[in-house]
Formats: sequence, C-alpha cells, structure tokens
Amino acid sequence: MKPQPFRRTAAPVVASLSALALVACTGGSEDGSDSGNGGGETDAITAEEFEEAMSTPTELTFWSWVPDIQNQVDMFEEAYPEIDVEYVNVGQGAEHYQQMRTAIQAGSGAPDVAQVEYQHLASFRLGDNLLDLTPYLQEDLSGQYPDWVWSQVTADDGLWGIPQDTGPLGNLYRTDLFEEAGIEVPTTWDEFAQAAADYRDAMPDSYLTNMPGNDPGQFVGLLWQAGARPFAYDGAETVTIDLDSPEVLQVVEYWQGLIADDLVSVDPDFNDQWYQALANGKYASWQVAAWGPVFLQGTAGDTSGLWAASTLPQWEEGQNVSGNWGGSTDAVLSSTDNPIAATELARWINVEEEPATRFVQEQFLFPPSLSILESEDFLAEESEFYGGQQVNATFAEISETVPTDDFGWLPFMDYAYSSYNETLGSAIADRADMVAGLEAWEADLIEYAESQGFTVQ
Amino acid sequence: MTSTTTLRPPRNSQSLLRRREARAGYLFVLPFMVVFIAMLVVPLAYSGYLSMFRNQLVGGVSFVGLDNYVRALGDATFTDGVARMAVFLVIQVPIMLGLALLFALVLDSGRLRMKRFVRLSIFIPYAVPGVISALMWGYLYGPDFGPFAQMGRAIGLGTPQFLSAEFMLFSIMNIVTWGFIGYNMIILYSALRSIPTEIYEAARVDGASEVRIATAIKIPALRPALVLTSIFSVIGTFQLFNEPNILATIAPNVIGSGYTPNLYAYNLAFVGQEVNYAAAIAFLLGFVIMVVSYVFQLSTRKGDA
Repeated sequence: MKPQPFRRTAAPVVASLSALALVACTGGSEDGSDSGNGGGETDAITAEEFEEAMSTPTELTFWSWVPDIQNQVDMFEEAYPEIDVEYVNVGQGAEHYQQMRTAIQAGSGAPDVAQVEYQHLASFRLGDNLLDLTPYLQEDLSGQYPDWVWSQVTADDGLWGIPQDTGPLGNLYRTDLFEEAGIEVPTTWDEFAQAAADYRDAMPDSYLTNMPGNDPGQFVGLLWQAGARPFAYDGAETVTIDLDSPEVLQVVEYWQGLIADDLVSVDPDFNDQWYQALANGKYASWQVAAWGPVFLQGTAGDTSGLWAASTLPQWEEGQNVSGNWGGSTDAVLSSTDNPIAATELARWINVEEEPATRFVQEQFLFPPSLSILESEDFLAEESEFYGGQQVNATFAEISETVPTDDFGWLPFMDYAYSSYNETLGSAIADRADMVAGLEAWEADLIEYAESQGFTVQ
Repeated sequence: MTSTTTLRPPRNSQSLLRRREARAGYLFVLPFMVVFIAMLVVPLAYSGYLSMFRNQLVGGVSFVGLDNYVRALGDATFTDGVARMAVFLVIQVPIMLGLALLFALVLDSGRLRMKRFVRLSIFIPYAVPGVISALMWGYLYGPDFGPFAQMGRAIGLGTPQFLSAEFMLFSIMNIVTWGFIGYNMIILYSALRSIPTEIYEAARVDGASEVRIATAIKIPALRPALVLTSIFSVIGTFQLFNEPNILATIAPNVIGSGYTPNLYAYNLAFVGQEVNYAAAIAFLLGFVIMVVSYVFQLSTRKGDA
C-alpha cells in the first residue's frame, strides 16, 4: 500500500467536523437517547446504494493489532479496487484503546474500523461512538454464529461489531506430569481440588495449576462458566454490578480454599517469569481459552507432544458448561464518513470464506463462525504439539457449551479490571482473604460507577 | 576577582553596541522561548484549565472550580504515593549522590588506573534506557528463575523476595541508583575538573593529605554542583514512573495504580478516564516538587551565610 500524504489531508478535517457535529448532538441530550445515527428505524441500504459506495474512490483507516492482518486488508482491496484501506497498528490492548479514546475526544484522527474486544464494546457504545451495523448489512449474519457469540455483539436492537475470534475456555495439561504424579484428568472442580492436593504431594516443586492475581479476564471466564452474570449495561445510564451472588461466591471460595492451602501457585501471568514456568513444568495445567493452544506452542516449544486438551472441570457431575475469555470484533466508529464501505470492510474480512479461513490457518485465531467451526478441514487437523490430538475439534465442541444467555459487561471494563488487580487480585497474590477482596472490588466498582454518573443496580 | 569587571566595556561610550547586543540576545533566546511557550506554558495552562472541570462518563462536562484539588488532598492514594516518594527521596538520594561523589573524588584523585574505563563503566547504566534497565532488573529479581533467587536457594538462604510489597520500594531504589550514579558522577566530576589545580599544589605544599584536600577544598567547591544534582534528584524522584510501570507487569498486585503520584495521574487519565482529576493531580505534584526544591535550595543557601 502506498502512502498518500496529500490526498489524506482533507479526510481528518471532514472527520473532525462530523465528529464535532456528533458531539453537539449527543452532548445536548440529557436522557441519553441512542439516536446518534438518525434513529434506529433506518431501513437497510439498497443494493444500488451499496454498489455505488463500493465503486466510489474511498479511503478507510483500520486499526488492529492482529499480526499480518494486512494480508486480509490486501485481499479486501483487491476485491474492491476503489477502496483504499490504511491499516495501522497503534498498539495492543490497553494502548490501542487509549489511542482510540484520545482520537475520539480530540474529534479527529479516529479510525473508521477498529478492533474491539467483546468486553470493551459497551465502553465505546457509551457516548455513541460505535455505529450500529444493522442498516449497512445486506444479509442477516445472526445465523452464522453460535448464539452466545451473537449475544456478545448485539444489544439494544443494534449490531456493534463483527466477530473476529473467540476464546471459549478449556483445559490444557501436561500428560507426562499427570502420569508421573499418578493423577487422572479431573472432570469436576471437586476432583480438581483433590487432584491439586495429590499432585502437590507427588510433585512438591510444582503445582497442578496457577491462579494469577492479575488476570481478571480468566477469572471472569470462570465466573461465566459457573453461571454468574456479574455485569450488565442498559446502553444508557444504568449498570448492574452483582458480585455477591451465590455463583460468584462459589467460585471465589473454591479458589480461596486451594490458594490458602498452597495447592495452586499465584504467579502473575503473561510475563517472562511465567513463560519460563510454563515451559519448565512449574504448572501442570492451564485453564485457558481456545487461543491458548497455539499461544502455548510458541511459549513452551520444548514440551511439544507432552500436552493435551480437555474441557474445563465442571461444577456438577455430568454437566458440560464453559465460559469465554477474550476474543475480538471489528467495529465501525460512528464518526466514519463512509459507513457502508467501513461496514463492508469489517464484514468482508471476517465473514468471507477466504480471509476468514486465513485468520484460522495463518493467524491461528479461533473462529467464531459456524461455517468454519463445523468444517471438516478445521476439525480434523491434528496437532503434533498435543500428541496428535484434534485440538480444534475439542475447542469447537467447547464453544458449543458456552451458555447462550447474555453475559454482559460494564461500559468501563478497563477500570473494572484495573480495580480487580488491587482488590480481589491482590488477595489472590497475597494468599489473603479473597471474599474480602471480592467485596472490596464490588464496593470500588459501585463507587466509581456512581461517581461517573451511572445508576447502579 | 577584579579581572572580570575590567573585561566589560565602559558604560557610557558604547550604548549603541549594547542595544544591538541586547537585540541579538533576544533573537538568540527567541527559538527557546517559542518552544518553551508552545511545549510547556501552553500545555501547562491547558491542563490547569482542564483541572477545573469534571467530565463524567454519564452527564458530561461541568465546571467544578477547585473541587478536584480538594478531592486530591483527601485522596489517600495520592497522599500515600507522595509519602512513598518522600521515603524514597530521603533514603535513595543521599545514597546515590554519596556514591556519585565518592566515585567522582576517586576518579579525580589521579591515583586510579584505567581511569577512562572505570569512568565509562560507571556511566554506562545511565545510557541504558530506563525501560530496558527495569526489564533487566525485573529478570534478575525474579523469584523462580532469577539468578539471585537461584543463588539464594543454592546456598540455603531461601528465595529473596525482591518483588514483595515490603521490598519493592528498595528494589526500585536499587534500579534508580544503579541507573543514575554515573550521570551524577559525571556532573560532579566535571565540576571537580574546573577547580584550578594551583589550589591543590598550594595545599600539598602546605602538607595537606588527599583526604584533607577533598574535604577542605573539593567538596566545598562542589557545593553548586551538589545542589544541582540534588534538585534534579528531587524532581526525578517525585516523577518516578518508568521503573514502577515496568515492574508492575511482573508484580502487578504490589504496584497498584497509585504506587507513585505520576503513575496515578497516568492511570486516572487513561484507565479511569478521569482526565480532569489527573490534571489536578499532576498540578499538585508539580507544586510539591516546587516546594521541596525551593525549601532544599533555601536550606543550602542558609549554610552559606
């Protein structure tokens, strides 16, 4: 892609003007009506409008941190020669969102299309920063995804992002260490607790698993599995914070028991120390999302062939339920001047078979769409790292067991996660009173929400 | 010291030249002033302006006057952070400057072999970017695979907990000291080099030892340089950010969002989206730095009189 510094200059000006207009609209309405885009009753665009938009020379900006996503962008540009996409990687996760918020606040420089993780969609919907894609799509995508995935991108009769990948939770474990310790793969959390104790007796230098105090994403995934629905947002001014439900307490008290007895380690994850520990067998298992298998392959290459994948332990015998940890969508910002082309970019790279398959085969994203989840090629792939196991098939089955009822999020998940690290997460790291930590987390979230003007339920 | 006055041109005869010189002077200062105003004064004024408002996620922007400042003064996270930095200042800065002074004196004593090599070795850590050095020390401190931990276990002392809540501040002090000794040493050393050597010769003729020369001549002559390095250190301490921010990835539950006031302002703005409150915190922090620096300067000036 060629940089075009001169043609570029007009775009930000126009973008900033329209963003100003938007701010003017939304700033005035105190009751937070969702009519940022001229009312929700807009009819879908016609085929002619679509054709016209896609054959008019247009420039789009796309922010994402998915490695090599330029490949998909190139394919899109080939399919639509008039559309010129400038792909930018402004950083991963928190950094990416900071840049987005800064650009939105500045009123210029925001991308047309951006990668947004499921749990952050709500925070960008706040202030009407996301475009409802429904009117700009010519087909109904709802049937193409598992219900739980669809429920993550839809709310208030709007579609706020196109699913790109997901992270249903499973269990990766070291077959050799399990054998050495004489342990069976636990199928329930009760068995898991027993196994943690037995494993610790047999292998005093290592642990059955690690429960990091800095990974609210994983912990929330486990809450999801247990049936807890701690967060919700109505799209306007009301949030739900429910962290003292029996389901949440069940999970917290369970891990409290394991942690207090030193049956699991409490190392923070995703840092060098933890990578080495994973590779060195300090942890014999990892309760991780569907993106975990490939990640582990890169981190603990020397242990190839020693790992296997299974479902998460269950709370009740005979149950088969999972939760989700991570995954992303491509969302369109409401400040875009080209909603049709931007929506088509988000749709095309994630829905069309060729680019979507490349995400799975080359970028190793775990596919959200049923067509790939059910395809023979995907399911039959045998992984050497996992001793020839069809890991994709395992996680595709797990994906079907994520509960379909709505798991909601707060419109300020980055604050919620940061606060977790200082409350419940700290209690985990210090092997302290986790229930007190949980209460502190809830109290802090409620205080923050109220100070930001939300009504808390 | 009369020689300097004779160098100046006589007052009355050359006023035209002086005016021209003055104009040239302003011209030379202009580029600095432009950058200074654009990059410092304007942003400062803007954040001062921002700090008077409150922007809620729901409800939008409202003018609140000094509310943010009042809130900050009663905010334990902020005051704890400032107190933590005060502890840091009182312990770390004297150690760092003491060692820098010692090294500078040793280098200057002329009794050292491979002087250049030694000077460079002490200075090199400063050339390592703060982020890299924090990463490096993070690895060294590691409780499982870090070399200190492995040594500790090998000789039966157990695993030293450098990254625990009790020792974290000292671990950061160590990183900062390691990184900035060389920098301060160079400032002190160059100040030492500017002392005329005749004074030393005179002292030696009078029978003064090297230690006596150091305490009676060199250190007093270093006073301005020591004041300068101290003030830099005061500013650096209260603005501590890189080291705790990097170590937060390996000890996320020890280093909270408000571990240092600077980190707190950053997290308020970018995690909690409380830009206005963050501006107030940053302003207050600047005020604290100003007061501490001023008090320090005042106290050293009193010593002169």
